[in-house]
Amino acid sequence: MLRQEGRIDMQAEAKQTVSKAIFQRMGSLVGLVVIFVALSLISSDFLTVSNMFNVLRQISINALIAFGMTFVILTGGIDLSVGSIFALSSALAAGMMASGTDPFVAIMVGLAAGAVMGAANGILIAKGKVAPFIATLATMTVFRGLTLVYTEGKPITGLPDSFALFGKGFFLDIPMPIIWMLIAFAILYVILKHSTFGRHVYALGSNEEATKLSGINTSRVKIFVYSISGLLAALSGIILTSRLNSAQATAGMSYELDAIAAVVLGGTSLSGGKGWIVGTLIGAMIIGVLDNGLNLLNVSSFYQQVVKGGVILIAVLLDRSKSK
Amino acid sequence: MAEMLLEMKEIDKSFPGVKVLQNVQFSLYAGELHALMGENGAGKSTLMKILNGIYTKDSGTIIVKGKPEEITSTKVAEGLGISIIHQELNLIPYLSVMENIFLGREFKHGKTPFVNWKKMRSEAERYLKQLGMDLDPRTIVEELSVGQQQMVEIAKALSMQADILVLDEPTAALTDREIEKLFEVIAALKAKGVGMIYISHRMEEIFQISDRITVLRDGKYIGTRNTKETDMDELVRMMVGRDINDRFPKIEITPGEERLRVESMSLGQKLRDISFSVRSGEILGLAGLMGAGRTEVAKVLFGVTPATHGKILIDGKETTIRKPIDAIGAGIALVTEDRKHEGLILSLSIRENLSLPNLATLSVSGFMKRKKEAVLSEETIEKLHIRTPHAEQVVGALSGGNQQKVVIGKWLATKPKILILDEPTRGVDIGAKKEIYDLMNQLAKEGVAIIMISSELPEVLGMSDRIIVMHEGRVTAELSREEATQEKIMHAATGGENRHAG
Repeated sequence: MLRQEGRIDMQAEAKQTVSKAIFQRMGSLVGLVVIFVALSLISSDFLTVSNMFNVLRQISINALIAFGMTFVILTGGIDLSVGSIFALSSALAAGMMASGTDPFVAIMVGLAAGAVMGAANGILIAKGKVAPFIATLATMTVFRGLTLVYTEGKPITGLPDSFALFGKGFFLDIPMPIIWMLIAFAILYVILKHSTFGRHVYALGSNEEATKLSGINTSRVKIFVYSISGLLAALSGIILTSRLNSAQATAGMSYELDAIAAVVLGGTSLSGGKGWIVGTLIGAMIIGVLDNGLNLLNVSSFYQQVVKGGVILIAVLLDRSKSK
Repeated sequence: MAEMLLEMKEIDKSFPGVKVLQNVQFSLYAGELHALMGENGAGKSTLMKILNGIYTKDSGTIIVKGKPEEITSTKVAEGLGISIIHQELNLIPYLSVMENIFLGREFKHGKTPFVNWKKMRSEAERYLKQLGMDLDPRTIVEELSVGQQQMVEIAKALSMQADILVLDEPTAALTDREIEKLFEVIAALKAKGVGMIYISHRMEEIFQISDRITVLRDGKYIGTRNTKETDMDELVRMMVGRDINDRFPKIEITPGEERLRVESMSLGQKLRDISFSVRSGEILGLAGLMGAGRTEVAKVLFGVTPATHGKILIDGKETTIRKPIDAIGAGIALVTEDRKHEGLILSLSIRENLSLPNLATLSVSGFMKRKKEAVLSEETIEKLHIRTPHAEQVVGALSGGNQQKVVIGKWLATKPKILILDEPTRGVDIGAKKEIYDLMNQLAKEGVAIIMISSELPEVLGMSDRIIVMHEGRVTAELSREEATQEKIMHAATGGENRHAG
């Protein structure tokens, strides 16, 4: 009889934790809706089809990087080098195209370069046992330096017209960057939710020792995760290069911070093991919508930074008070 | 009778939806050691947390030294002379012993903000001396053994003038020598008039040192006995609410073929020239003091730290094991001693934990088969009697015994031929212990070769077919079930040369 009672109590408790988890997860969505509604009311230019596409197109650049960052942060790591990978891989692709290589080949090489740079991060962290923060801080500088060497500090222009389709084209009237973002999101969502690799990522971020002792090759998981991050940073960089029709050595500077902000706003824990990629998409949208809205409202770019930082702080503080 | 230090009466406490304590009472005299017993989840730690001001009671009274008190914070508890030595020690590893003892209460030069190191050192020395400890207070805590760290915690409590001391599973991580030392300190504290509340699952030691025993069950007060006037059977009955006739329900199984043979295995200086074998259906006990190399043997066999020398033969064939995945492939499973850090992922669900070493068999080309996974977790929960509302329950919320069942369950699903259990019943209550023993029997019957590492001698003696004893990285004795006694094991474990004893 006593056991029975215990079971009912535990069930009640379990129900509570489930609803609490859902509430916590939905917090960022509520935030997005609030900002969205507020901006729609304040500015008549905000809620228009063209502005929405515009916002989403801007978001896609950050979101792609943030998706990769989500994987990294879920394992308990961090990737500061994404901005530099963004620049170096797009410079490589642009340089090849400028000297006559077929755009498709150049894009593939650029993406591969991003993945390889990410793998290098992963190897440093997994095999060299360097703390992720330090390893990617160093490679951030190295990759940026290599970009400057490769481009000699000058923009690479004269890219073929067919390449413009990659970032400026439309599919079913939807701008291509949004399409790429949605495709990447769908694939990564499935990987994280339904694949064994996704399990490895969550397990590793929660308890590395226990994961290792369950026979999982944690080094391989880490290398893979940073490769994904590098690949997505490269994709994001090549999309922006296509839109701007030129590659800049200084592109992607401090993009890692917006990506980390999106992940955190989306409710993923910086200590690893907890979070989801849907949250990251919402987080990226919050940042993007806020940027766009403040522009429409003619808020000076100086104040915009204050507001953005403030929103991140409020979101994290709210999250804290909820989880208590 | 001595002075009444503490009286807790009609204590009630509920968490949303759960009554954890109902009308519980407890009292403590000066110079008394009062044991608090009960299965995991019986409410012992909740009661102690109320005493320490971590939780506040819903109703009831607490009388400390004759005066009713409201203990609203740990600060208040400290002020009343109440101190808890937690199971997980709360010292700061990178600070010195004296910095830990006086953390937040550092001695200063007059009113200046500068620390008076000389005074800190002499005061720390004084308290350590009281405990019979000859330890430089400048030693960094990290360098101390668990037993020494515990003494530092007790010194800290004494320096706060605590006279009500709660010891939560203080011997769980101690060697026998350290336990003896602790018991000497306890005796000295008793003589000084300190009252101690002692929580432990180890019956033997409770009978050795306690004056009174109070038992809780399912959040209710069951009774208090004078230790001299009770016995184990009565206590077990009080704790479980029914009779457990046989604490070690070992069944006789005729062992089959040799499953595992280890030949002159070495691991640097930690393990030297270890040889032994286990047969299918056999339970091999691995005894020894802490640090004797028992856990290292398990970690070598499981590929966590590959051997530097020697051979491992499985079913007669030499097998190379360099990583856990090699061991899993060879049919070996390891239930580690530290389930919270090595065995489980506390923030994940039962289902996810059970699946972790079995992802390959639960997936097709890298994608999970949800149905198969659900079947596995449902079956395991049922087979091992894991008490949980559902498979999605986060493992961290389960009791120790149920957590241990999840660790065992995740490895049983790999269908191991050789199962290594490192301290399988540590921190597990009596009911769950019995269930784990029953399970070992059943696995042995199915032909699994079991290696059980344990520091609890009654368990080793009660459950093993054969026992090997280790001392400082070597095997010092091999005893059959019939010839093994506590004395022979202790003799070999402390370095006595009785390899061919009996």
